[in-house]
Amino acid sequence: MFKELETVGQPIGVPISAEDAASAPVLSSKTRRRMQPSNMTENTKWVECMSRISLERDRAAFAVIFDHFGPRVKAFLVKSGSNMSMAEECTQDVMITLWRKADMFDPSRASVATWIFTIARNRRIDLLRKERRPEPEELTWGPEADPEPEELLGLQQESTQLVAAIATLPDKQRDLIQKAYFGDLTHAEIASETGLPLGTIKSRIRLALERLRHNMKRNEP
Amino acid sequence: MTQINHHLDDSLLMGYSAGALPEAFNLVVASHISMCDECRARLGAFDAVGGAVLEDAGSVQLEMAAADLLDAVGTEKVRPVVSKPTSSIYPQVLLDYIGPDPDQVKWSKLGMGVRQAILKTSSSASVRLLHIPAGCEMPDHGHHGTELTLVLQGAFRDERDRFARGDIEIATEDDHHKPVADESGPCICLAATDAPLHFSGIVQRIAQRWARI
Repeated sequence: MFKELETVGQPIGVPISAEDAASAPVLSSKTRRRMQPSNMTENTKWVECMSRISLERDRAAFAVIFDHFGPRVKAFLVKSGSNMSMAEECTQDVMITLWRKADMFDPSRASVATWIFTIARNRRIDLLRKERRPEPEELTWGPEADPEPEELLGLQQESTQLVAAIATLPDKQRDLIQKAYFGDLTHAEIASETGLPLGTIKSRIRLALERLRHNMKRNEP
Repeated sequence: MTQINHHLDDSLLMGYSAGALPEAFNLVVASHISMCDECRARLGAFDAVGGAVLEDAGSVQLEMAAADLLDAVGTEKVRPVVSKPTSSIYPQVLLDYIGPDPDQVKWSKLGMGVRQAILKTSSSASVRLLHIPAGCEMPDHGHHGTELTLVLQGAFRDERDRFARGDIEIATEDDHHKPVADESGPCICLAATDAPLHFSGIVQRIAQRWARI
């Protein structure tokens, strides 16, 4: 939650080398070959924009995020069954939320794409299903639990790797994941669908759990 | 932190992340995650998949430009409201449905000392609080579909295992289980089912069951 902005801000400009990415153990060599160094810095660029929006109310930084993610959010909503005018209205809502709640973005927990996805998903439930979306309580990490720069970079890197890993899946599996997230699969269908490539996700889960345990150990009195 | 032994499965986490679950299930999932750091971390991974899908969703041009949108809404910020961890057995997300005062839960009697309080959600699934006296058998709250039971206080035991605070039991229609509350004290659970049941139907059935005992 940007408690220590110096800590959060410091690693942002540091470029991540392709070698770092290639040393990640969870990816196949095929995936590694597909990863471009330019992709590796994209996530940290978005994080930097969020930081500038939060700290300086920087309209230019907002425009950078808006121009990249706005059309994606709108496409996501259209593919989720929204009509054009509702998708436009909903995307504008999502972007206003991003502007107003920029302080709540936590780069040690999610990439900017992931955070925007959660806002868009909740608006979709709100608008298309007219339902409330119950959300878990926020964690109240102690002040000593502010993210280490390496952790922050690590998470942003993982998110890039996940995009790359999904991009290399066979079409059928990738389509299934997309269908699920566009809201085209029911829970029963997700539960019974054997073609969902949960292995891809599991590697990301393993890393998240390791990081969590590391955090909890550090927080022990 | 409570030791939790029974967690959400991947299909529920993915369903919650993708926005595919009925509201009643979302409430049980969000309540469990409020108590379970492990499932919170697993959810983070599923949300990251959503982020990846968003990145890859294609592009539809917006009608409004960034600067125009900002001119229209102004520059004010919304300060994050971080709710204090509740001291009650109910996580905040559940209090939002129960009402601010958990002592005011509107319990209704089901017989044999068992009480329930139905929480208002969309109709595609239903969710209720159950209050079961120590040593008492829990009413079966659905014979079809998926049934989620999250323990908020006390514990119950069935053929499978013992379930205590924070634990979630996921049952499908193939499961025939008879959970019994621990002798040590009353058990309070949050139970959701997507079985297409009518409210009057379930009350009648449960009443019939208890009448037979």
